[in-house]
Amino acid sequence: MKDWFKTGRPWIWLTAGAVSVSLIAVLGLLALIAWRGLSFFWPAEIHEIQVQASDGSTKTVIGELYDTEEVPMERLAESGIVLENYSEETLERWLLKVGNREYVPLDFMWIMEPQIVADAKPLDVAKIERSKNGNFYGYITDVLEQGESVFNSSPEQSELREELAQRIERVLDINDQAEDLQNSEIGAINYRLNQLRLERRALALKEQLTDSEEQRIAAEEAQLRADYKVLEEELFAMREEASRDSIVVRDMRGMDVTIPMYRVLDVTFPNDMGAIAKVGYFFSQIGNFVSENPREANTEGGVFPAIFGTVFMVLLMSVIVTPFGVVAAIYLHEYAGKNPVTRLIRIAVINLAGVPSIVYGVFGLGFFVYMVGGSLDQIFYPEALPSPTFGTPGVMWSAITLAILTLPVVIVSTEEGLSRIPSSLREGSLALGATKAETLWRIIIPMASPAIMTGLILAVARAAGEVAPLMLVGVVKSAPMLPVDGNFPYFHLDRKFMHLGFHIYDVGFQSPNVEAARPLVYATSFLLVTVIVGLNLTAISVRNHLREKYRSLEH
Amino acid sequence: MAVQSPTALGASSKRLVKDRLARWGVTTGGVAVLVALLLIFFYLLYVVEPIFRGVELEQQRQFSVPGTGQTVALGMEEQSEIGYRFSDTGELTYFALLPKPHMQAQTGQVLLQQQLTEVKPTAFTQTQPQNNRFAYALPGGKVQLVEAKFKTRFENGQRFTEPRINLVNDGELIQVDPAEQDLVQLAYEYDGDAMLFAAVTDSGRIIVNAFTASRNFLTGQVSLKSKFSELELSGPVKALSVTPDLRQVLVLQPSRLAIFDVSRSGVVTERQVLALDKRRFAEVTSMQLLAGASSIMLGHADGRITQWFEVTTDEGRRYRYIRDFQTAPKAAANAVIDIVPEYFRRTFYSISAQGELGVFHTTSEADLYFAKTAGVSAERAVVDPRANTLLVESGDQLHVFSLDNEHPEVTWSGLWQEVWYEGYPEPQYVWQSTSGSDDFEPKFSLVPISFGTIKAAAYAMLFAVPIGLAAAIYTAYFMSAPVRKIVKPTVEIMEALPTVILGFLAGLWLAPIAETHLPGIIATILLVPAAIILFALISSKLPKQVRNYLSDGRAALVLIPLVVLVGYFAFSMSPLVEQWLFDGNVRQYLTNELGITFDQRNSLVVGIAMGFAVIPTIFSIAEDAVFSVPKHLSNGSLALGATPWQTLSRVVLLTASPGIFSAVMMGLGRAVGETMIVLMATGNTPIMDWNIFEGMRTLSANIAVEMPESEVGSSHYRILFLAAFVLFVFTFAFNTLAELVRQRLRDKYSSM
Repeated sequence: MKDWFKTGRPWIWLTAGAVSVSLIAVLGLLALIAWRGLSFFWPAEIHEIQVQASDGSTKTVIGELYDTEEVPMERLAESGIVLENYSEETLERWLLKVGNREYVPLDFMWIMEPQIVADAKPLDVAKIERSKNGNFYGYITDVLEQGESVFNSSPEQSELREELAQRIERVLDINDQAEDLQNSEIGAINYRLNQLRLERRALALKEQLTDSEEQRIAAEEAQLRADYKVLEEELFAMREEASRDSIVVRDMRGMDVTIPMYRVLDVTFPNDMGAIAKVGYFFSQIGNFVSENPREANTEGGVFPAIFGTVFMVLLMSVIVTPFGVVAAIYLHEYAGKNPVTRLIRIAVINLAGVPSIVYGVFGLGFFVYMVGGSLDQIFYPEALPSPTFGTPGVMWSAITLAILTLPVVIVSTEEGLSRIPSSLREGSLALGATKAETLWRIIIPMASPAIMTGLILAVARAAGEVAPLMLVGVVKSAPMLPVDGNFPYFHLDRKFMHLGFHIYDVGFQSPNVEAARPLVYATSFLLVTVIVGLNLTAISVRNHLREKYRSLEH
Repeated sequence: MAVQSPTALGASSKRLVKDRLARWGVTTGGVAVLVALLLIFFYLLYVVEPIFRGVELEQQRQFSVPGTGQTVALGMEEQSEIGYRFSDTGELTYFALLPKPHMQAQTGQVLLQQQLTEVKPTAFTQTQPQNNRFAYALPGGKVQLVEAKFKTRFENGQRFTEPRINLVNDGELIQVDPAEQDLVQLAYEYDGDAMLFAAVTDSGRIIVNAFTASRNFLTGQVSLKSKFSELELSGPVKALSVTPDLRQVLVLQPSRLAIFDVSRSGVVTERQVLALDKRRFAEVTSMQLLAGASSIMLGHADGRITQWFEVTTDEGRRYRYIRDFQTAPKAAANAVIDIVPEYFRRTFYSISAQGELGVFHTTSEADLYFAKTAGVSAERAVVDPRANTLLVESGDQLHVFSLDNEHPEVTWSGLWQEVWYEGYPEPQYVWQSTSGSDDFEPKFSLVPISFGTIKAAAYAMLFAVPIGLAAAIYTAYFMSAPVRKIVKPTVEIMEALPTVILGFLAGLWLAPIAETHLPGIIATILLVPAAIILFALISSKLPKQVRNYLSDGRAALVLIPLVVLVGYFAFSMSPLVEQWLFDGNVRQYLTNELGITFDQRNSLVVGIAMGFAVIPTIFSIAEDAVFSVPKHLSNGSLALGATPWQTLSRVVLLTASPGIFSAVMMGLGRAVGETMIVLMATGNTPIMDWNIFEGMRTLSANIAVEMPESEVGSSHYRILFLAAFVLFVFTFAFNTLAELVRQRLRDKYSSM
């Protein structure tokens, strides 16, 4: 035994164990996020559970099984829960999502396993997704139009579901139209009105507000207000139309509850779905998740604005970082002398990649937002003061801050690519009479382009996952408007934006109902991880491909 | 090889111009980018620098004192455009501090003047500066109250400020002494309609009178209800003071300071008598309450100013001596004749008998300024509410000084040493930057948050270094190329995982698990290595084919199920262990039996989560270092008969040690600066304790939490920048060290 320890074998095994632990950590983490994130979209079965309380009374609970947990009895006893006729040391308890937020104190409920008398999954129980107050679970008993039942006698299930599907489609249609109207046309009028207000202010500041100008602005405003009236009436008519129908649902208390149809987004019967229907539902849920706006303080609905904000900011950042990073790398590698100073600069650049991202955020806030942005406001937007235009965090400052943050990544990667190009190629080109600029432009940069791509991809991957600096320079939990819309000048770089990473932080830690929002956070995490891991894998494969390519050149 | 110049090769001049342009363009672009990166350093420095600046006083204007009699009080309005002066004859005079064209007034010209009393007052007092009221005692124990007010109006975007005189209580006199004796000393404060007076009559009685007002619902008339008491105190009184909360009366006598409590209904009881020992404290020459009214400042004849405030002791809250400030050199016997507090900050100004003006800050124990500015011998001074102008009386002249004292509360010692804050039982390291009230004493000690940073990094490194380095060594030295090609990128991909996701999992997934399955986590940490060694022992007894199969790095893959199984076992038996050893609740056991505080989001969780964020950094660099040790070294060692382990530990690791060092440094740099994980996985409370079950607040998380709500240009804002600067310099230094070591190593290898 002692000899065996002396050979060092156990230590080698321990190091192997460290590799296993690292691998388990990586793969386990990815699997955990994927599993939790994807299961969010899978239709959960709805349980109808009879619970017997300690006083003998039973009640019905309808909801999705959310989590199960093994708890020591003593901990329950400490929190004042006593179960008679139960002597095990631990017991299982179920966390049910019971929804129906306006009728129950909490939309999540713990149930002790021994208290369960009966557990069924009835086919007719419906899950009603609503635009307000979250899900509702119950049995649909009737469909109303103007408060009157649309059926003459008590309806069959199939009949009911068909009727329901038609009417929901109609309401969704109307809601869509109303939302369109509100966002595009009414939004445009509001935007224009604000522009006119600023125009008047600007003219007044320059003391050029003549009577004719004033009249022109006033006339346009009057016209816009008139348009607004018309659109508003149209909108009200649509809302009126949408509120025609409602559904009657019997909830777990056995009471009939009327839910207005315009609040309903979808009605599903998860216990009555076949495998194919479930798969279909799964994909449609994913589709909704990436394409819809968030609802109810981000805890429900989709993450479209966050995806859009992330992508837009990262694109903007790429546009800024690529030319600067590449030029700096070319300077360092091709033009700067090979001396200790260059070496020092190179080390400094590499080290900047290791500076905490929050430091960049602080720099961005102080320098870009307050100093540069504040000056821009003074010069170009005096009419909007004291409310700042660029002197406040926004998507442009975020992009520039992240561009500086990722600059070292691009420089290092590009330089690596440049140094891999055999110098015989440069010398050959120069020997054939090309100038240095021509050699660079025609030979070196095209050959280094995969390295530049790698650098850019890594930069994008880093920027997409960075949250801390963005919290200071432009990200918000809920942006009313996207940074790109149909109003001139179309790109609004001064606007704040939503970001997937910040969405995770915000919904996971700042939302009022963390329990309800958690699956959504997992889903968002999964989305972000997929994008980032995908980008990194691409970068790695590009780099490997590149290495192979130049290995052949060297020989 | 000499390259022929392009001209010799017949290049056209257009191409040469292009070449030169490109060279010029790339060089400027490149240098600009590098300068931009340098800019970060200098910009942070530029924002931080003002907090260490001293006080600057500059004489602006000078004019002769307007009005009659002796000055008893001076004041200024918020914009320092108008000043006012109360005289001992009962006259209030407003005068311009700047030329005011709309009132046709030059500097020093009287804007408004009024005789407030019909007879010569017997005494005068003023409230704390922010309460802005003044009181004249009139013969017969009566008091006249007045408020210096200003009316501001805007016309065409321009601001006009005009003085107003407001006689409190509709100008009616208040009978403070029912015995109608003349008051020779007076102190007064108010809070809404309630008022508190303390006074000394000409017969030497010390009286206290508390007034409460009640409003008649029908007529709207306010009637004052008085609660009068006489203090049983004899001897001369040097100064009197009343706290703005109307709960305390301070009576300064030659060798003692007596403090009396005043109850809500006006009943006066003695609270504490501070004996001012002649040997310790020279004669007291002035007394003043500091902003916030928690501290009493006493000026002494030897030029010392002492600070006293209430501290919780065994006998309840007692005033005690805290610290002192030396105005003039001790031997100079330059008495402190006046102390002037600021409106909101803990800065105060002192006037010495020889006319020097001093500026001090209590919290930071800073002696900011002490001199006769511009040769002006000061007799009386007052500061404006925004603390950027000083009005100084000297002889028959008034001097206006501009005052630049933006960040008195920050000093290097205040940031890094223990400070005795008002109301604290002893000097402490505290970070508490904001509070609800204006006159809150901000507590800017970077020690707790720096400690938090080190604590978080230390626990993360404790977790990451063994795993990261061991994994790197195995991957680089024992693994066959095909397996390594898969394993290395897999571990490295974790470096790219957004830390917000790690933080989220740590806070919402790991923290609850760690709370409910604490024994499971501890057991996993202990059992996994044990199980691996056991497995190794078993495998060494296995037939040779099996052993051969396990070499080439497959061991790591074979161990995966083992580790998972052991982990699963540890967790599933966790509730039972809890039942047997800890009475079913570890958390309660820790708190009650061992006295260890347990937070759900604690250092253990941070250590594990941030450890996983740091492992790939350490792994990647260390693996490179070990892998690039020249093969002939290890082959030589093996050929001479050393076992693989001996070769590894005595040859390979020794050669690669600089690289391993740099890997650890890089990892540390990352752990120190990490924001999101600590933000999400700890409670962010700035406490100083190594307890693994408590949280912390780190520099980076502190910036993320407080930066959005700090006022631009305030001390708080600049200190957050300082925190960022500290982080920047710290990580930059660590990384540079690591990088230099790494480059040297690379050179060494290439020469081997």
